[in-house]
Amino acid sequence: MSYTIAEKILKEHSNLKEISPGQFINSDIDLIMVHEQLGGRIHIEYEKLGIDYVWDPDKIFFILDHWVPPPTISAAKMHQDARRFAEKYKFTNNYGYQLDKGICHQVLPEMGFARPGMLIVGSDSHTTTYGAFNCLSTGIGATDVSVVFATGKMWFKVPESFKINLSGTLDKGVMSKDFILTLIGDISTKGAIYKSLEFHGNGVQSLSIDSRMTVANMVVEAGAKCGVFLLDKKLKDWLEKRTEKQYSKVLPDEGAEYEKEFHYNLSEITPVVAKPSNPGNIAKIEDVEGYEIDQAFLGGCTNGRMEDLRIAAKILNSKKINSNTRMIVTPASKEIYLHALREGLIEIFLSAGAVVTNSTCGACIGGHLGVLGPEDVCISSTNRNFIGRMGDPSSEVFLASPATVAASAIKGKITDPREAL
Amino acid sequence: MDIIEGYAYILGDDISTDDIIPSHTLTIRDENIMVKHTLEFIDPYFSKQVDKGNIIIAGENFGTGSSREEAVYVFKILGIKAIIAKSFARIYFRNLINNGIPAITLEWESKHFAKEDNIEISLEKGVLINKSKNLTINFKKIPIFLTGILENGGIINQLKNRL
Repeated sequence: MSYTIAEKILKEHSNLKEISPGQFINSDIDLIMVHEQLGGRIHIEYEKLGIDYVWDPDKIFFILDHWVPPPTISAAKMHQDARRFAEKYKFTNNYGYQLDKGICHQVLPEMGFARPGMLIVGSDSHTTTYGAFNCLSTGIGATDVSVVFATGKMWFKVPESFKINLSGTLDKGVMSKDFILTLIGDISTKGAIYKSLEFHGNGVQSLSIDSRMTVANMVVEAGAKCGVFLLDKKLKDWLEKRTEKQYSKVLPDEGAEYEKEFHYNLSEITPVVAKPSNPGNIAKIEDVEGYEIDQAFLGGCTNGRMEDLRIAAKILNSKKINSNTRMIVTPASKEIYLHALREGLIEIFLSAGAVVTNSTCGACIGGHLGVLGPEDVCISSTNRNFIGRMGDPSSEVFLASPATVAASAIKGKITDPREAL
Repeated sequence: MDIIEGYAYILGDDISTDDIIPSHTLTIRDENIMVKHTLEFIDPYFSKQVDKGNIIIAGENFGTGSSREEAVYVFKILGIKAIIAKSFARIYFRNLINNGIPAITLEWESKHFAKEDNIEISLEKGVLINKSKNLTINFKKIPIFLTGILENGGIINQLKNRL
């Protein structure tokens, strides 16, 4: 049998001689990430089991990031419940008190917890982000988390795989966000339901780890179970700085079967946006240019990394944000925040008139630090633009790259970033 | 499993978990208050009139987006008996099954169902009868691996019985 990356990882975690797409299996989980949901439904579901242990406290990564610091009493209570649970079950990797650390999908890889070959699950749909590190990682709900906490195992349906071949390099002002939005637009938000997307080709090597994380983050917007990248020199170098732990790279077998294959030449990708209210509602920048915005949001787990802040700072350097527009910058982690501070990027954002917040999921989920009011229009580097996602149900969210967000903030309307660089 | 009987409530394509239960409600600690927000941006009367539509019949990609299980839990509290959709988002499908709510995939057309139609479903046979329209439709049976979870009333009960 020849296997894709997803099949290989699942097989190696399932103690089975053979597996095939569509098969239901029980697999051993290497790591589980939980956030505020621990104080939401997870602790309620888990207590129903009536057990006083978790399978392996070392394999749980707990961090608070969605409502950080808590903007309401109810959010503060949620945090208390989550922390209480983490203490009761003696979680080893308990970051429930370190509200400064940042967003789970950035912090977990920064700390070297995502490594090639691993099977990772998390109580958040964007757990797919760790696919950038040659591992299989996917989002789950509260009852699944409880099952993993109790047993270390979870049921999976072995996914079919799509092979996405990339060639070429992105043009100036075009980012991996434009590529992943283009892909979602092409295959639709249901185009990859339950599938594993494998990214191949020379084009991948031109993408930074930051860029790959953006792509893996958003594969779930096409319905995918996971998006996986191969191990290359760039990833090896990245991992070397982050972990001393051993890992084994996962390559697909010769002759592995893919349900579909796609080819994209990155040099042909141009800036795009996802119009309200669906991440698959893609338009070329030319078709929406000039649409007035009230808020520009840069940051989050999709696009709050150094590469994103750097390009935005380059565009905003010595410029002012439009007087009728608000801009909010949320670095994905404290590490990034500090790095950006030392590089002078934070000063550029502040001088341009942006509000720079701590690292949190706040604005992306309409939680705090940038909630939209009635009929507000926001251009955002985040991953979802559903009705009411960032605030009032009558507000509109356009998803775009950090470059497009920054260029648009200056003009107060949706702007092609290629003209601003 | 027994026969499921109830009234149809129709929803369209790409209904997200944000649509089902918006983010701003997720920190609400009282589930009786939270359920009042179910589908609030789409149909503010849903939670009040749910008895007249306790089998949801939806379009493509139902439950897309966030992994928030509250989006299944509110339906469970409101007594939703089954969800039929042209396709389900992956995490949402898992969350339904794990909570003991049958998730049936069916390529249906608008002529098959109307709001408040009286529906009868046999999971064992893979047959759905729309009594209001005198219509019988076969669907792909839920795999045995998953009906085991449904028969226990959800994966937590199933696990509890094993521990």
